Amino acid sequence: MTLTDETKLLTEESKVTADPMIPSLFTIKKIFWETDDTFTIEIESQDKVPFNFMPGQFNMLYVFGLGESAISICSDPYKNKTISHTIHRVGNVTTKLSQLKKGDTIGLRGPFGSHWDVDKFIGKDVVIIVGGIGLAPLRPAIYSIFRNRKKFNRVIILYGARTALDLLYRVELEQWSKTKNVEILTTIDRGDSSWRGNIGVVTNLFSYIKLDAMNTYSMVCGPEIMMKFSIEELLKRGVAEKNIFLTMERNMKCAIGFCGHCQYSSKFICKDGPVFNYSDIKDIFNIYEV
Amino acid sequence: MHTEDISTLLKNHSFLEDLKPEYIDLILSCASNVYFKDGTKIFSEGEEAKKFYLVRTGKVAVEINGREKGSIRILTLGPGQVLGWSWLVSPYLWHFDAYAIDDVRAVALDGECLRNKCEQNHDLGYELLKRFSELLEARLKATRMQLIDVYKKELN
Repeated sequence: MTLTDETKLLTEESKVTADPMIPSLFTIKKIFWETDDTFTIEIESQDKVPFNFMPGQFNMLYVFGLGESAISICSDPYKNKTISHTIHRVGNVTTKLSQLKKGDTIGLRGPFGSHWDVDKFIGKDVVIIVGGIGLAPLRPAIYSIFRNRKKFNRVIILYGARTALDLLYRVELEQWSKTKNVEILTTIDRGDSSWRGNIGVVTNLFSYIKLDAMNTYSMVCGPEIMMKFSIEELLKRGVAEKNIFLTMERNMKCAIGFCGHCQYSSKFICKDGPVFNYSDIKDIFNIYEV
Repeated sequence: MHTEDISTLLKNHSFLEDLKPEYIDLILSCASNVYFKDGTKIFSEGEEAKKFYLVRTGKVAVEINGREKGSIRILTLGPGQVLGWSWLVSPYLWHFDAYAIDDVRAVALDGECLRNKCEQNHDLGYELLKRFSELLEARLKATRMQLIDVYKKELN
């Protein structure tokens, strides 16, 4: 049984509610700030039902009386008692979520959407390119790879953030970087002389790595313009389009492909995505009006 | 260091990857092996851009003096990257400051020497110009991306 089969089976078994439009109740177990505008909440089902999901999937988190927000799951898919979401505080719902306390209740619908199919990468090099909060939706895939580390070849993580203070999961990055055959390079867009690390956009980091293009699969997550330039670099270095996966973001509302808010040309991000194979969307990816 | 060693360093640097051996031989006399201790100022804005550097090890910070805003670090360069292109464009003055923020080893190429070689051998000049154009395009794209400030999200 592959990693995907294993998790898929569990996911099917653990649908929290039968109706995808009805939220289930979850209790906040932990809430803490990762940076000055980004926080993580760890939640647990009040029904004590294990919550299984696939890396890359998202949930609709509901603040009662205010509304919902689509948030990617960022915790380890092998740990299903609680789940975590790292959230950028940008709007009403996420601001309210940031103000909640341990023990408070929120609603949750999910998990929804497509996933990072890490089984495809077994025996291959994996290049993960993330920008900003884009590390959060990829963290479950990274956990899956590290849990089955021997099944994969080289793992390279290129991570760009706005400033040094915006770098997420620093302790884990440090731990992961100590693993054999793992290269983690970080860079920030804005720094000062106190920062000894790299400064520049994430694509600059490509000059520090050598890719075995024929044996490389890549997962990319971040703002669209950052993904566009990152994919250009991958293609320039000979990585095949079909070996590149990315996650898209639009305004998700129903999360099941009904409402059309997240329509992306002929696709719905919530149902067909958020994780796409680049070769499936390349014709629309470079048209920014879509 | 012997010239044959510098020749190897040139051949092994990714910026000159696949450069024809005869071109390596031509530019060899313009090259020298250099070392900057951590903290050394490599060049200053406004000074004559006499050289450029192929970074081999260590890290260099490129800073712009924003006058009342102070020095702003805009880029770091490491192994395999190129520091400096002002040697190529008249009036050959540095536009930025550069510091070693690590012990840096690099191959320095003398700008005037190289310009003369390129005048004498236009094929070499064209080859180098193509490589520098790619470098400049990459730097320009990166600067635009930095300007967009992609990771910043305003509170709605």
